[in-house]
Amino acid sequence: PAAAPEASAPQDRQTLLAVLQFLRQSNLREAEEALRREARLLEEAVAGSGAPGEADVTGAEAASALLSRVTASAPGPAAPDPPGAAASGAGAVSGSASGPVAPGKVASVVVEDQPDVSAVLSAYNQQGDPAMYEEYYSGLKHFIECSLDCHRAELSQLFYPLFVHMYLELVYNQHESEAKSFFEKFHGDQECYYQDDLRVLSSLTKKEHMKGNETMLDFRTSKFVLRISRDSYQLLKRHLQEKQNNQIWNIVQEHLYIDIFDGMPRSKQQIDAMVGSLAGEAKREANKSKVFFGLLKEPEIEVPLDDEDEEGENEEGKPKKKKPKKDSIGSKSKKQDPNAPPQNRIPLPELKDSDKLDKIMNMKETTKRVRLGPDCLPSICFYTFLNAYQGLTAVDVTDDSSLIAGGFADSTVRVWSVTPRKLRSVKQATDLSLIDKESDDVLERIMDEKTASELKILYGHSGPVYGASFSPDRNYLLSSSEDGTVRLWSLQTFTCLVGYKGHNYPVWDTQFSPHGYYFVSGGHDRVARLWATDHYQPLRIFAGHLADVNCTRFHPNSNYVATGSADRTVRLWDVLNGNCVRVFTGHKGPIHSLAFSPNGRFLATGATDGRVLLWDIGHGLMVGELKGHTDTVCSLRFSRDGEILASGSMDNTVRLWDAIKAFEDLETDDFTTATGHINLPENPQELLLGTYLTKSTPVAHLHFTRRNLVLAAGAYSPQ
Amino acid sequence: MSRLPAHPGVHLSPTQPLYGFHAQEFIPFRFASGGGRELYFYEEKEVDLSDIINTPLPRVPLDVCLKAHWLSIEGCQPAIPENPPPAPKEQQKAEATEPLKSAKPGQEDDGPLKGKGQGAASADSKGKEKKAPPLLEGGPLRLKPRSIHELSVEQQLYYKEITEACVGSCEAKRAEALQSIATDPGLYQMLPRFSTFISEGVRVNVVQNNLALLIYLMRMVKALMDNPTLYLEKYVHELIPAVMTCIVSRQLCLRPDVDNHWALRDFAARLVAQICKHFSTTTNNIQSRITKTFTKSWVDEKTPWTTRYGSIAGLAELGHDVIKTLILPRLQQEGERIRSILDGPVLSNIDRIGADHVQSLLLKHCAPVLAKLRPPPDNQDAYRTEFGSLGPLLCSHVVKARAQAALQAQQVNRTTLTITQPRPTLTLSQAPQPGPRTSGLLKVPGSIALPVQTLVSARAAAPPQPSPPPTKFIVMSSSGAASTQQVLSLSTSAPGSGSTTTSPVTTTVPSVQPIVKLVSTATAAPPSTAPAGPGNVQKYIVVSLPPTGEGKGGPTSHPSPVPPASSPSPLGGSALCGGKQDTGESPPPAPGTPKANGSQPPGPGSPQPAP
Repeated sequence: PAAAPEASAPQDRQTLLAVLQFLRQSNLREAEEALRREARLLEEAVAGSGAPGEADVTGAEAASALLSRVTASAPGPAAPDPPGAAASGAGAVSGSASGPVAPGKVASVVVEDQPDVSAVLSAYNQQGDPAMYEEYYSGLKHFIECSLDCHRAELSQLFYPLFVHMYLELVYNQHESEAKSFFEKFHGDQECYYQDDLRVLSSLTKKEHMKGNETMLDFRTSKFVLRISRDSYQLLKRHLQEKQNNQIWNIVQEHLYIDIFDGMPRSKQQIDAMVGSLAGEAKREANKSKVFFGLLKEPEIEVPLDDEDEEGENEEGKPKKKKPKKDSIGSKSKKQDPNAPPQNRIPLPELKDSDKLDKIMNMKETTKRVRLGPDCLPSICFYTFLNAYQGLTAVDVTDDSSLIAGGFADSTVRVWSVTPRKLRSVKQATDLSLIDKESDDVLERIMDEKTASELKILYGHSGPVYGASFSPDRNYLLSSSEDGTVRLWSLQTFTCLVGYKGHNYPVWDTQFSPHGYYFVSGGHDRVARLWATDHYQPLRIFAGHLADVNCTRFHPNSNYVATGSADRTVRLWDVLNGNCVRVFTGHKGPIHSLAFSPNGRFLATGATDGRVLLWDIGHGLMVGELKGHTDTVCSLRFSRDGEILASGSMDNTVRLWDAIKAFEDLETDDFTTATGHINLPENPQELLLGTYLTKSTPVAHLHFTRRNLVLAAGAYSPQ
Repeated sequence: MSRLPAHPGVHLSPTQPLYGFHAQEFIPFRFASGGGRELYFYEEKEVDLSDIINTPLPRVPLDVCLKAHWLSIEGCQPAIPENPPPAPKEQQKAEATEPLKSAKPGQEDDGPLKGKGQGAASADSKGKEKKAPPLLEGGPLRLKPRSIHELSVEQQLYYKEITEACVGSCEAKRAEALQSIATDPGLYQMLPRFSTFISEGVRVNVVQNNLALLIYLMRMVKALMDNPTLYLEKYVHELIPAVMTCIVSRQLCLRPDVDNHWALRDFAARLVAQICKHFSTTTNNIQSRITKTFTKSWVDEKTPWTTRYGSIAGLAELGHDVIKTLILPRLQQEGERIRSILDGPVLSNIDRIGADHVQSLLLKHCAPVLAKLRPPPDNQDAYRTEFGSLGPLLCSHVVKARAQAALQAQQVNRTTLTITQPRPTLTLSQAPQPGPRTSGLLKVPGSIALPVQTLVSARAAAPPQPSPPPTKFIVMSSSGAASTQQVLSLSTSAPGSGSTTTSPVTTTVPSVQPIVKLVSTATAAPPSTAPAGPGNVQKYIVVSLPPTGEGKGGPTSHPSPVPPASSPSPLGGSALCGGKQDTGESPPPAPGTPKANGSQPPGPGSPQPAP
């Protein structure tokens, strides 16, 4: 949209650049800024064209290497991509995908959000006196520390991005010793959650190091976002102009995105809750779009009282499907959720008879479900993987809790049956041909009794298996691996059916959609991909994360996908058009677990910082923080009715939290919604209902059975 | 679950992976210097093919399996072995020592969520607590919360089984039960029961003179003491009287003249010493109180011999200082008393036996202390004047003790020589070893030849190795001055034969080539797990070159360690070839010295007494 005219008319762009350059040279900063905003041009592009001589060859090579990494994995028949479209950032998905996705139509999606590296680097060209940098920084520090309390907290956000950019500028201009002393002097002031990034930064001491350094690129390609009240901003601006501190002012102008809001400055707690991500806070407008978080209407299936065999006749399909005319009017009006997406927003597979059978089983179990609450905690059954030699890398449990799959570092996927029913594969073709196809128990006859066992091992990957997911109908299993593939296994024959190649780097996680057919995967190449089982190429590519996508989860209505990343953000993507509709910042470490509440309204995320954060999807707000874990939260799961949130962690504990209470009194008034200024509850400890220590077994997976029994799984790892 | 294991992580990053760190050896390179150059060369180990073939295959690692257990049942964590112990030792201690402060997050969390039965009880006690403060009007006064020691049915069953097995007749069961007490982590809730069981048991059985049961109970105490997860401080007050009773009681068995109640007294005395060591602090003064009790009963003239024996045993077990200050001054007096019984008219056989035991006990414990305290010339008369009638006996014991100490000192001397050696040069994984391990030689760079040789003596001379594998060593050292080479081979006998025979066989060979060679067949097993099994022959062939030749050979060269390698020996480039040279090719031995045939371990063929 905004980028399109610009792309279509490259000449216009050229002139724009020229004008901008002129404005800069004549020091008309405000005009320049206004124009740039208007044109939505990349800062780097401007700077790059301003100093074309700096575009050194090696830098370009690094860029092309990075580019190839992303684009090579994109589907082949890529639509011609408008150059510079990356300016719009996250939702770098071409507009052609915006129609309703028919299964089978591969949306042509190309990601190009790696800008020209030489341009990025040359942005650092303008330099001041290297010896003055320390003075500039400490001067600003002094100013901020002496400012009023209400402004100090807000302005303190500037320290980290300024520090990084000033350091990079020094390094780029080859003032190694100054850069080192600058780093030594001020790196201790930065917040502890930036330590990991600072460690990478400290290894950058020469200009040559900057080429191809991904952290540096991350920092440069995405403007660091700060949210500051107008008063504080004016204060800063006045100070910098008084002091003629052009160096810092340049950085603020060019490398930072300052999101100015009107009203009271935020408190320290409010700021602390939201910062921590690699690229600052989420922009306010990033979380403004509407999200249909409601649940889809369940297909009407009448539960027969006794006889299950008759259900085939009694059931009714979904309204938009084959049998819309059967009377389901009463329940339809009753169940319509105003926040739910249109039923056919994302085409979903039709229900098969077996699915309906399963749904009926589910409903029957539901009637026996335990109502949980603070006074009625669930029992936890722990499945320990023994002799796994710390090689367990992924676990999944089927929805009906009959099978457990484990992905291992030795490239195997193992499937266990945890019910007395053993795992059997289908007979060989020659034997199958002998079977009477008309017989009633044909489904039973096709099974080969000789293959019955409790454990089946699936061989096929060539690297540690980091993700596993059962299909809702238990016929398939997905596994994602370090070898860059996602594999689909049949649980009828226990063989591999498809290897989905797309990620060229390790795939950290994969998950089936709750309605089957679609699945999502995310990996080291920083993108998440949406696939359909019958397409060998991805349907959507969700690009925007600045670091590995560690975990991916489908929304219960299958219309959205949440991804958690090592850039310490959580993003919510619209499956329909591939847009990023929510960016949640606030975690202080890479995110390793996600869970949607069963009603679809809330999202819980767990990270290496040991905290679990709760988010309101509709308002795009953080609504809670659960502190208690002392290590990475590996697994999160809501109970079937959403009363209890269970979290499992590397600190060998399972903790249960009162989810109802956590979501009870939300501040969702207009002001909070408009500004995103959240006030977290004071005493989150009250929400902790129980802590259960395992015997040196990190909790890798959690699952609530249909009757609300918790199944936990992990590998025993003796110290 | 680690998302980025090291290898794939390195694989992903643009950095080059590091190669060469797969070797068992700490550093795969050997150092040699000479001619003003420093050389590093890759060690080529010689491995006997037949050994590899004959080595039993390692066990196949167990396959991954899935095991389910209840982590929590309706909010309560069951106390089963699959779950961690409900209260770690620190928490037990915190509860015992700082009941008010002891944050019991677990308990408080559990409080409102407990099952019906417990919930009622805790609510009850809480109600009472709430009522208490207004009565006292003491402001924010917190009472120690009542701890509920309620045993589950399983725990009650366990308790019953264990106690029955411990005092029952089946020795195998008893061993199992004691093992369980000594290792199981979840016993702390049963501790009050166990301690009452023991103290009551002792009380009853002392009266009934039931020696066997007393011994069993003492073994239970020992097992409880051995359990690392239990915090026993709260129960020491019950255990000490029981143990003390077993030491000093007048009569512990029905037939004092036949039954060996002395062993029980000795065992219990050791227990008390252990208790003192563990639990005595400046506030509870356990040790001084126990010492006082023993001394009082010993000093008393009317104390029977049994009690006397117990008191002395108890004191003696407390250590050398106690013996020195409390027992030695009374030796003369005690000696007189013993003599009057032993030499005088036979009044009571029991007294006689008692006196006899006391005498041997005193001799046993005092002799080593005296051997340390007194200067060497042991004069019978001097002892007689100082210690009275016990003097002569004591003197002979001291002489014996001295001899033994000298023998040990020799070994200690040798082992100290070995413990200063950097054994890490041989393996990557080191078992933590007791004793000071400050290694001066570790700092000497490149002195790899030296450690290997001293390792030899470590193996040969260190008896504490539980069952050393049959190890054969060939130590070759060439004295540079005479340009001869000594082939010094030692062989330790196979485990089970008990004595380690060190047999230096020295062969002086004219050679200038320094050879360092290590032939180890047990490539996979680190020395800490060296006793892999019989038949696993380890060979260390060490050929080193001391720059100063001291003696052309003979066994005398063995105990003296090779001089530190800090003074580099004149090595030429030929050193490298020397490394590869098989010792079997070493030139013929010089006449007059026993022949050791090169790389073939001489075995027990030419044993010589250890120097």
